[in-house]
Amino acid sequence: MQITMMVNGEQVSRDVEGRLLLVHFLRDHLGLTGTHWGCDTSNCGACAVWLDGEPVKSCTVLAAMAGGHEVRTIEGLEQFGELDPIQRAFMHCHGLQCGFCTPGMLMTTRALLDSNPNPTEEEIREAISGQVCRCTGYATIVRSVQWASAEQAGRRTVTDDTSP
Amino acid sequence: MTPRPSGSQASPTAFVDNDRTPIGYGRMLRKEDPRFVRGKGQFVDDIQRPGMLHLAILRSPLAHARIRSVDITAAQAHPKVKLVVTGEMLAERGLAWMPTLSSDVQAVLATDKVRFQGQEVAFVVAEDRYAARDALELIDVSYDPLPAVVSVRTALASSAPVIRDDLAGKADNHCFDWETGDARATAAAFARADVVVAQEMVYPRVHPAPLETCGAVAEYDPVDGALTLWSTTQAPHAHRTLYAIVAGLPEHKIRVISPDIGGGFGNKVPIYPGYLCAIVGSMLTGRPVKWTEDRSENLTSTAFARDYVMHGEIAANRDGRILAIRTTVLADHGAFNGVAAPTRYPAGFFGVFTGSYDIEAAYCSMTAVYTNKAPGGIAYSCSFRITEAVYLVERLVDCLAIELGMDPVELRLKNLLRPEQFPYATRTGWVYDSGNYEETLREALRLADYDELRREQAARRTRGELMGIGISFFTEAVGAGPRRHMDILGLAMADGAELRVHPTGTAVLRVSCQTQGQGHETTFAQIVAEEIGIAPADIKVVHGDTDQTPFGLGTYGSRSTPVSGAAAALVARKVRDKARLIAAAMLEVSVADLEWTKGAFQVVGDPAQAVSMAEIARHAHGAGVLPDGVEGGLEAQICYSPDNLTNPYGAYICVVDVDPGTAVVTVRRFIAVDDCGTRINPMIIEGQVHRGLTDGVGMALMEMIAFDEVGNCLGASLMDYLLPSALEVPDWETGFTVTPSPYHPIGAKGIGESATVGSPAAVVNAVVDALRPYGLRHVDMPVTPSRLWEAMNGDPRPPI
Repeated sequence: MQITMMVNGEQVSRDVEGRLLLVHFLRDHLGLTGTHWGCDTSNCGACAVWLDGEPVKSCTVLAAMAGGHEVRTIEGLEQFGELDPIQRAFMHCHGLQCGFCTPGMLMTTRALLDSNPNPTEEEIREAISGQVCRCTGYATIVRSVQWASAEQAGRRTVTDDTSP
Repeated sequence: MTPRPSGSQASPTAFVDNDRTPIGYGRMLRKEDPRFVRGKGQFVDDIQRPGMLHLAILRSPLAHARIRSVDITAAQAHPKVKLVVTGEMLAERGLAWMPTLSSDVQAVLATDKVRFQGQEVAFVVAEDRYAARDALELIDVSYDPLPAVVSVRTALASSAPVIRDDLAGKADNHCFDWETGDARATAAAFARADVVVAQEMVYPRVHPAPLETCGAVAEYDPVDGALTLWSTTQAPHAHRTLYAIVAGLPEHKIRVISPDIGGGFGNKVPIYPGYLCAIVGSMLTGRPVKWTEDRSENLTSTAFARDYVMHGEIAANRDGRILAIRTTVLADHGAFNGVAAPTRYPAGFFGVFTGSYDIEAAYCSMTAVYTNKAPGGIAYSCSFRITEAVYLVERLVDCLAIELGMDPVELRLKNLLRPEQFPYATRTGWVYDSGNYEETLREALRLADYDELRREQAARRTRGELMGIGISFFTEAVGAGPRRHMDILGLAMADGAELRVHPTGTAVLRVSCQTQGQGHETTFAQIVAEEIGIAPADIKVVHGDTDQTPFGLGTYGSRSTPVSGAAAALVARKVRDKARLIAAAMLEVSVADLEWTKGAFQVVGDPAQAVSMAEIARHAHGAGVLPDGVEGGLEAQICYSPDNLTNPYGAYICVVDVDPGTAVVTVRRFIAVDDCGTRINPMIIEGQVHRGLTDGVGMALMEMIAFDEVGNCLGASLMDYLLPSALEVPDWETGFTVTPSPYHPIGAKGIGESATVGSPAAVVNAVVDALRPYGLRHVDMPVTPSRLWEAMNGDPRPPI
């Protein structure tokens, strides 16, 4: 079947099988391999992308269902050659190690900050509870979101502190 | 003695911009991250090759069955299918079986029997992923079911069916026996002890479950007879050698590339049938072939960890002096012995079960058996089997504390090894390199405010609330290993490194180990920077490609910094030594007149007369005259074999609350003080510790690969095999002490797996401590609400 959708601001059109999952459409048909696949059962969240601005797990969305809608992936987070504050935050706060869960985490936490610019630790943990990270133990991801929140609000303190 | 650094890394309240790039050690943002935060990492499944086909594997639905027939006719007729291969077809090419890392054999595709649920039976190569899966449905396998051996406890019963009838003369399910220590001395110590406590404990089968499953892209070039294999491997060089042996390809024509790896944790050490299937698929179709396993395949067929039933005994005097530890272990090795451990260590480094204590005698006897379960026995984020050993001893010490009515901290302080005893030879033949254990434990007590915690606990108990405080003190043994007694399949566990400094003063370091998230591109650049004074930003670290790097055994068992890190430091010193000769010629002084100031050689006492490493590099590559006997260029290579393992250690304190109405355990606080010797990048170290602590909470409370009575795997998806999310773990409180290793050129020890090793015992000790009002002394992992509820109601059953 023919499907057409907006992906990262560009219109794409492809002839696909009706059963094709959005994650495989993005990865195998569009070459957008930043979106990862990790579990089959919607548990891990490595495949999270935005569908009309809302995070969804693209392993549980058919590509056809995204037809006529707007999809944003990790490749579309950087705007005009500048990293989003949440991307810089993950680097500053060591919010990633192997990098496999990172695209999904970034899309989910960016969406969180859009709806709640100053989330509490509990709200952050709740927001990422559908995403599995096997490397960080989550604390540095929580700190990353707090860092980005502070960065956006101009609250970040610049010092020469030596804490890690 | 000079004061030694220690400190804490509590979560920052103010966010700081401290991204100075150090020339050497210190916090530095990771060089890997810019690509990962943009989605530009390149993992194996991201690899696309022209004309690439997709491979899918048909797996056994039964745990134990004889294969009567495999009919592939319908699958071959599928319009998108290019190739269907069965075990019989592999057997014709001598490829139906492959060696495991423990010198056993494992079926690539089953020919005679299937021996575990999920075992590989046939594979399909098709034009796309979906078609390959469709075609699996068209393969008709006829099985004669056999009774399955599921319980490790009855695997040796005379009535048990023999799983490994492929092995000549095999009449039972015995895999191996192993012992260590001095049985007689241990018996004598037990005989004169005031107190003996015995406890059986199960360390259940768990799975590393890296977020990226295993996979490969094989590309065979029939013209050159050359194979390129992108694969999820933690040990590309060792894998290449094994492919040469198994597939009969010349080693120099095999290139194994391990690109970005989405977590390994031991799971990506072994060679799996899928990798070989992809190779065969590419050789037979003449096209690149991709295989990516799904999550169920990862959980049911790739390497598990643990699965030990341990009967432990500890003997002590009434005053709390521990005399001896004794244990018998029943080890479940699954259908094929796929343990990834040095050849002479079939039980890994379980021999360190004497822990961090000064005891008189110890003895362990182990029996390993085959069962109808997936093969494995790899180290899941621990140095070979040390997690099991630490769990045993730390639970035993707590059981003893309960028996003696002593505080578990007081009991540990009474028995911990003292600084002057290092290097310390254990009763089971290990040498611990360095330590100041009491200092580290006291730092943890300080960070936790232990006395206050105990007061709070007492107050809560009067109100019927169940709060527990668990202590664990562990000693790791990492950095395998010295070539005189450590090898895998005859390959010495030594690592190469190669360093080239370019004419403009930038450098490339090539190492044999392979990052799976540990940040080698950053840490190794810092190690070299510290030695030769070139900024880490100007040092590129190349790894994960056998054509581009020197030979070495890979990354697992926390061996990267202890072995490859040492190689990196030493190869940098070789370059610096050569640079000194050139600098002396450039400055027209004798070598003895030069001193090294990080980044430059200068005439002693005269900073005006100095040449930087960049200037030396330019001269080394330039047209000018070099000193007699000095070759042009500025590069060196090395192959490093450590003299001894390194022994990171730590003191962990876990605080839990147990809901008396639901038996739900909440980890409220976790304080971890680690000593990994010299600290290269504290940010990365802290991240490694966090990861392991999360593993520990997961294993203690949630994770288990369980089986039903006929061998169906009950943990075959992430809905059934529970991994911790952000809601199950607290904000980690970490601290550190620094005790350099005398066996490592820069004093560093491993850190990757310390927390996985140390934390499970702290969590379980905390749960048991919370349940003292119930008179409990032990509860097995995973401490799920239902199992804990049973224990609270007088029925503490083991999980297997």
